Amino acid sequence: MRRRKGISYAKYGYIFSIPFILVYLIFSLYPTLFTAVIGFTDFKGIGRTDFNFLDNPFQNFILILKNPSFQKSLGNTVLIWTLNFIPQILLALLLTAWFTSNRRKIRGQGIFKVLFYMPNIITAATIAILFSSLFGYPIGPINSLFQKLGLSKEPIYFLMNKSVARGIVAFIQFWMWYGYTMIVFIAGVLGINPELFEAAEIDGASSRQTFFRVTLPNIRTIMLFTLVTSLVGGLNMFDIPKLFQNGGPDNSTLTAAVFIYNQAFAGSYLYNRAAAASMIMFIIILICSATIFFILRDKDAVLQRKLEKKHKKALRKAEKEARRATV
Amino acid sequence: MRHATTVPQKLYKVLIYVVCIILALLSIFPFWVMVVNATRNTYQIQANAVSLIPSSYLANNWKVLVGKSFNPLKGFINSMIISTCSTILTVYFSSLTAYGLVAYDWRLRQPFFSFIMAIMMIPAQVTSIGFYQFMYRINMTNNFLPLILPAVAAPTTVFFMRQYLLGTLNIDIINSGRIDGAGEFHIFNRIILPIMKPAIATQAIFSFVGSWNNLFMPMVLLTDSDKYTLPIMVSLLRGDFYKTEYGSIYLGLTLTVLPLFIIYFLLSKYIIAGVALGSVKE
Repeated sequence: MRRRKGISYAKYGYIFSIPFILVYLIFSLYPTLFTAVIGFTDFKGIGRTDFNFLDNPFQNFILILKNPSFQKSLGNTVLIWTLNFIPQILLALLLTAWFTSNRRKIRGQGIFKVLFYMPNIITAATIAILFSSLFGYPIGPINSLFQKLGLSKEPIYFLMNKSVARGIVAFIQFWMWYGYTMIVFIAGVLGINPELFEAAEIDGASSRQTFFRVTLPNIRTIMLFTLVTSLVGGLNMFDIPKLFQNGGPDNSTLTAAVFIYNQAFAGSYLYNRAAAASMIMFIIILICSATIFFILRDKDAVLQRKLEKKHKKALRKAEKEARRATV
Repeated sequence: MRHATTVPQKLYKVLIYVVCIILALLSIFPFWVMVVNATRNTYQIQANAVSLIPSSYLANNWKVLVGKSFNPLKGFINSMIISTCSTILTVYFSSLTAYGLVAYDWRLRQPFFSFIMAIMMIPAQVTSIGFYQFMYRINMTNNFLPLILPAVAAPTTVFFMRQYLLGTLNIDIINSGRIDGAGEFHIFNRIILPIMKPAIATQAIFSFVGSWNNLFMPMVLLTDSDKYTLPIMVSLLRGDFYKTEYGSIYLGLTLTVLPLFIIYFLLSKYIIAGVALGSVKE
């Protein structure tokens, strides 16, 4: 007789995970290792499949790190990301404070959210070309607008100006992402225990105090998570700078991802250099996200330990008192 | 409760609405210019590039656009095939993996979940060189499979599905299925998948949009113009071909995002709820 109760279903856990693991190994892990290997070889030129390891295995990495275009692209990536992230997070926080305030009921929130988030789902490639058309010279909507509003007499060649081009790329990123960040923050605020807000209100805290003392500390985790995802996304910024001005003018919007693409899939097809640059980016991304996660986890763990200690102390005290009372 | 609406309070509220309306207009303006200019001819756009009123040159712009080897229908079909297939793979296999993580108690369950969390942050782009060379060697460039199959392993979707299952899955449902003599796969397909419908719907939208908008991988892998996806076609609009055919450029851009606008305005409620849900990570 078979005993029904004794059946172990554990093996299905493994079986159900097989497709994921298999596909991950083939399409992600193997290409990652392969990229790393190519970084140490002389592999370049279209249509070739043979390569040899270099005598100095780190030659590509050294050349890339010394390459002024790569250095510039790294600088641009960080600069453009920062220029987009700081205003993005500030605006998202401001909107979150407005939309979650109990005292000021803002009407039409639904429609505002829909419109603020909209640019995020539109194809980045389309947005890049659209903005380069909007800022067209000598004829373009922004130039028309400037002349109509009397801001300029002559058409302005916006895209030839390095800072302006960089600013526009940062603006596009900001414009595409602040709505997302806002929705995420609002969800975070709505997840906070309402008792905290009630307590603050009873204590007579102003809206501002409530926001800085209750709301902000409680969405810290979500803010850090947003920071990590935005940073990783920002370090891979490709579609917008590639299609907006293809890294120009004068490499001012060249990001690391565009640099890698141009090394590998254009010009002289330097797969080995591109692979080395990819691995450098990979390591930078790993360090960034690990650092942020470490800071995040450490703080929470420390807090937890403190709370536990307090709790134990309180328990011991209570026990002592209880014993005294019985004696 | 105190509800003092003093004058500065009211002014502040007005300021809030003004800022929100400006931001809303900022979201609409570029797309408005795009759609309206798609119906205007070069001369009209040259005279004044911003207009609120559509004109009547839509058909004309279409002719110019298609006349220059821009084939939006082909791109649309290609993008549709890739996005639909990868969306189906992503939601089905992510649900399966998530179910495996939640329903069964196996020794490597926790390590496997930690592994999924760890790889969530690794972007596909940094491994593109190896991926391209791998596909080149097995003769898979200019093929949709390398753009579709990797969708089976989608760590963020697995993560989301797991969170959803943890909140909704009831072990009794599985057990009653087992008593009825159903196999584990049958239980998953017939009982669990229907339960997961809401989560599947949200993740399907995000997966579809993500795949539809993807530029980097298709651009690396597809060189045959018959295989181009819509975002690659968009990148052609920058070329010298269309230098002064402003109306056609705007029309091409409009066509590529039309499906997204339709999806968005039909499902915006669910999409925004999905963003909010996906963000609440414990």
